[in-house]
Amino acid sequence: MLVSILHRATGIAISFAGLAILTWWLMAVAEGPEAYAKFVKLATHPVGLVVLVGITWSFFQHLLSGIRHLVMDTGAGFELDTNKRFAILTIVGSALLTTALWVYFLGVVK
Amino acid sequence: MSLGDSATPLGKVRGLGSAREGGEHWLTERVTSIALLLLGSWLIASLLLLPAFDRQTLIEWLRAPSGAVPMALFVIISFKHALDGVRVTVDDYVHEEGNRFALNTLLLFLAVGGAALALYALASVAFGGAA
Repeated sequence: MLVSILHRATGIAISFAGLAILTWWLMAVAEGPEAYAKFVKLATHPVGLVVLVGITWSFFQHLLSGIRHLVMDTGAGFELDTNKRFAILTIVGSALLTTALWVYFLGVVK
Repeated sequence: MSLGDSATPLGKVRGLGSAREGGEHWLTERVTSIALLLLGSWLIASLLLLPAFDRQTLIEWLRAPSGAVPMALFVIISFKHALDGVRVTVDDYVHEEGNRFALNTLLLFLAVGGAALALYALASVAFGGAA
């Protein structure tokens, strides 16, 4: 239930905020050094980082619960214990992937 | 019923509806999701492999076909999948016909406009002269 709601909520978050940032990022690279510097300045600001971490978590959560839905579309994984284990796995997985990615990114940016 | 019991649930609804596309939206959402599973993994892997995130490094990455082509596909399929997904939410919660049409039309314009902007930016990086 929770994971199903999260799938929709994270989907909406990456559809609007995620794609807007992706588009802005590509436009900033295209436009020139000043525009890109401005993007980096906002992206590395604490508030910007919180937004980006939220977007990447939403991406991973949506990706993993999306795989869960694809499996369930085949008619598999509806047994209560299997279903619950898979749901918990998406939450643990997205938290781990988000943490690993940002530990690595912040190391590179430094 | 005429298809008999051997038809899958999807097989029974494909081609139905007044425009004969009742099942296509559902199927398209799943097909684009599999494409995005691959392209999303590519994007994360590519970002991890980049030595830095300065503009010059990104330009070199997106100028090569191995960067530009998957990125173009990621942009197009992401906007399509996002539009399909958000529209399902609109259909679930907006019940008044006129409002639903207006909202879905606005979302279509946003998605096509956003994809066009992102692709224009990507193309000017990929085909650009001296940066």
